[in-house]
Amino acid sequence: MAERTQPPRSRDEKAAHIRHLLETEGEAVHAQSSSSNARRYDVYEETPTLEDRRSEARAIKEDAIDRLPSLIETVREAVEANGGTVYVADDAADANAYVADVVDHNSGGSNAKSDASATNVSATRANDAAPTVVKSKSMTTEEIDLNDALETAGVEVHETDLGEWVLQVADDTPSHIVGPAMHFTREEITELITERFDPDESVETAEELTRFARDYLGERIREADVGVTGANFVVAETGTMALVTNEGNARKCAVTPDTHVAIAGVEKLIPTVSDLEPFVDIIAKSATGQPISQYVTMLSPPTESPTLAFESDEPISSTRSTDESEEPNANPDRDFHLVLLDNGRMEMREDEQLRETLYCIRCGACSNSCSNFQAVGGHGFGGETYSGGIATGWEAGVHGQDSAAEFNDLCTGCTRCVDACPVKIDIPWINTVVRDRINRDEEPPAYDSLVDGLTPDAEGGGLNLGKRFFGNIATAARLSSATAPISNWIADTPPARALLERTLGIDRRRDLPTFQRESLVEWFEARGGIEASRRRANEAQERGGTADVEREAVLYADVYTNYVDTERGKAAVRTLETLGVPVRVPDLPESGRAPLSQGMVATADRQASRFYGAIAEDLDAGRDLVVVEPSDLAAFHREYERFLPEASFERVRDNSYEVCEYVYGLLENGADPSLLETGAEAAVGDGTAAGEPIAYHAHCQQRTLDLEGPTLAVLERCGYEPTTSSVECCGMAGSFGYKREYYELSMTVGDRLASEVESAETVVASGTSCGDQLESLLERSVPHPIELLAPRR
Amino acid sequence: MTTDTVGRFERSLVDLEVGVERASAADASERIDSMLDDPAVGVPLPFEDVAQPESVDTNPTGDDLAEARTGVTPATFAIATYGTVAIESRPDGDEPVSLYPDRHVAVVAASDVVDDIGAGFERLESAFAAGNSIVFATGRSATADMGSLVHGVHGPGSVDVLVLEDR
Repeated sequence: MAERTQPPRSRDEKAAHIRHLLETEGEAVHAQSSSSNARRYDVYEETPTLEDRRSEARAIKEDAIDRLPSLIETVREAVEANGGTVYVADDAADANAYVADVVDHNSGGSNAKSDASATNVSATRANDAAPTVVKSKSMTTEEIDLNDALETAGVEVHETDLGEWVLQVADDTPSHIVGPAMHFTREEITELITERFDPDESVETAEELTRFARDYLGERIREADVGVTGANFVVAETGTMALVTNEGNARKCAVTPDTHVAIAGVEKLIPTVSDLEPFVDIIAKSATGQPISQYVTMLSPPTESPTLAFESDEPISSTRSTDESEEPNANPDRDFHLVLLDNGRMEMREDEQLRETLYCIRCGACSNSCSNFQAVGGHGFGGETYSGGIATGWEAGVHGQDSAAEFNDLCTGCTRCVDACPVKIDIPWINTVVRDRINRDEEPPAYDSLVDGLTPDAEGGGLNLGKRFFGNIATAARLSSATAPISNWIADTPPARALLERTLGIDRRRDLPTFQRESLVEWFEARGGIEASRRRANEAQERGGTADVEREAVLYADVYTNYVDTERGKAAVRTLETLGVPVRVPDLPESGRAPLSQGMVATADRQASRFYGAIAEDLDAGRDLVVVEPSDLAAFHREYERFLPEASFERVRDNSYEVCEYVYGLLENGADPSLLETGAEAAVGDGTAAGEPIAYHAHCQQRTLDLEGPTLAVLERCGYEPTTSSVECCGMAGSFGYKREYYELSMTVGDRLASEVESAETVVASGTSCGDQLESLLERSVPHPIELLAPRR
Repeated sequence: MTTDTVGRFERSLVDLEVGVERASAADASERIDSMLDDPAVGVPLPFEDVAQPESVDTNPTGDDLAEARTGVTPATFAIATYGTVAIESRPDGDEPVSLYPDRHVAVVAASDVVDDIGAGFERLESAFAAGNSIVFATGRSATADMGSLVHGVHGPGSVDVLVLEDR
């Protein structure tokens, strides 16, 4: 557990903060979040209806947010008809004052109904004991700091979720929206509980700790005046709320005290009971990888359950109404308040980009699937309240952009959360948009003139220099390549590294890419261009064994393939020609991937249009766009939808292929794998013999696009026996690992990957960043799979 | 509902480490009795010809409830695929009786075991229209907040289900 620190500001402070979290909380968070993530994969895999459920859930949310104002009126009528009260709170102060008021009117042993509209909190109580509240876990109450507000009003508050209780005892904040105390080890909890309570019995094991908590909190629940819960979902039509827990504490808090207050963001409203079904079915799967959580409590309060009096001779069921003519759930002693919190949500609803955040069901799957989150937890990757990928949207919406700015850069845009999210929120896109907004609000940097010549972008002057540099990396690469090897030599000198670190924040410990004097495009022209390529492909066809297709490919020479890793580009050209496909390698404009990563949306948008203009003729001619770098393919397949007219986007998406995916298609169409450089010869074309073992790390975005499989299939067909990495990301994700404040984090994530693959004799990786990261960690060459497969000539 | 649905329900319960037995109405009371840790509390069972065993206190005070080691309740229905029992919040106290004691014994009619969550929601919708409250309880109360998985936190640490057959 870390001591609470002020939010980091400068690059140095941020680096120190991350280093501290890596050392103090990282191990515990990694253990729990990565195992939840692994269980999620398993249960998603075993759920044939998963995609339908995700689509249903998203559609319900889209519809509910669309007609939110009318749902608020519907639920008000339903709850009032049941005998409860609905209060819509504008902000934290409003919500807190209302709850304090309800507690004040329902404490002191009196069962008097509260007057919900009263604002006088000094009403007299039956005795002098402080009123007490028991609470079940609710991020919404964290958002409004309800505990602090109640304690200021003289109320004793007890968290009953064991994780929240640990945090309350430690005076700490949640580091995960589902497992709030995930950053504590059992030893730390033992120490904490021993110090605070000095218990008679031992509290060493998890069982002992749990028993102690159960007994202690059980007593608090029995004594409490008011129970406060959140609500995972609220059904407008019936006033039913769903509380999802494993411990059972929400049930106890809701039904033990006479008064129940449920606090929920307005976005939790869904129209009807049948709309609950997909959410009940999917929330535990996405959160913890359980098929369903232990308790899904669906209450339409005030409930018919008897109120529980302890130290009384009255049987509990005597509180029930004996009057048959009364409303079915009219228990005269029960009091219920539903507090619906706005706190910025209605404005988010009007914000085209942040609106999607409101679909979030707070399952934490985005956190668990995120390598950076797994390494630092929500105290690094989180704002005032919310954490993980979706936190950028929440924090920007409910606490303002400054809170989001503290951690937004920790999203590398790797997209691993995209498949995890049960309501299909494009979380990386929200992060990109908010990053863009933050960029525009920043102070103009001091070294402007130095970077100006390198930044032909469409951004305003306030942008951070490092971001601007990485967003325009192609220009720097072009210049460096033109002046290589001198540029490489200069860039690697200590004074140059110091300057790069000071001005652009490039960590001096990080190996810089080595720029090639001859770019891939130049190499291709020098060997005869498309005519020579056609000749080679024809010769291959005449020799036989090639694919039975009439295709022509345009290889996209992305920045790295063109100027740095030219070998993988050459390997791609040779492979396609050998399998009978002529190749062009034109000097195409940049895809826009680099500025997109930096949150430079206007620049990325402009580049996407330029790229489309340049490729349109090839697409018209029926040529295939073959892409080596998965992050560029992801731009074509995902982000271009935001930048291009629909028909143009679909043309680019439908005609672009990852290089190994393309090779897979050729093999499927009859090309002979033995034309390629193969592993164990006996295994080629024969599924029975053992292949040559290799380790393969697919790029994060490639996995999101379901393109790990084709590469594996090609490797297997060519006599290899690949094992794959389970780490979500290499820790580099483009420019991320170069940045000084994130260097240690990048290496921590990278080490986890390296330790998975290091025992393999051969390691291959699809992404440039992944390959670079693995090469520095393993201190050996880590080629692209296509380099392994390409014929040696 | 088919016999197979009950079989599937039983397999789900076994996976959840929940005890399960089948019994006829005639044997139900005796079977429930064999599942109890004393003291036991319960709510009246709404099944024809099925009574709570005599040792079960069906009119407990709050303190009886807090001290009971077993709580016996009916389940309105059950969902086979997840091994879920649906417990209603009724004036008799089904909700606290199923929640407070460390052992919960749920009694469900075989005819009320539905196949999947979709069928469960069909049953729910009519209940909610009447303003009711229901909990889907699946397996035992659990937490991992104390460093490893522990059962029996705020809710029961052991659960048994009796399926009434001849109905």
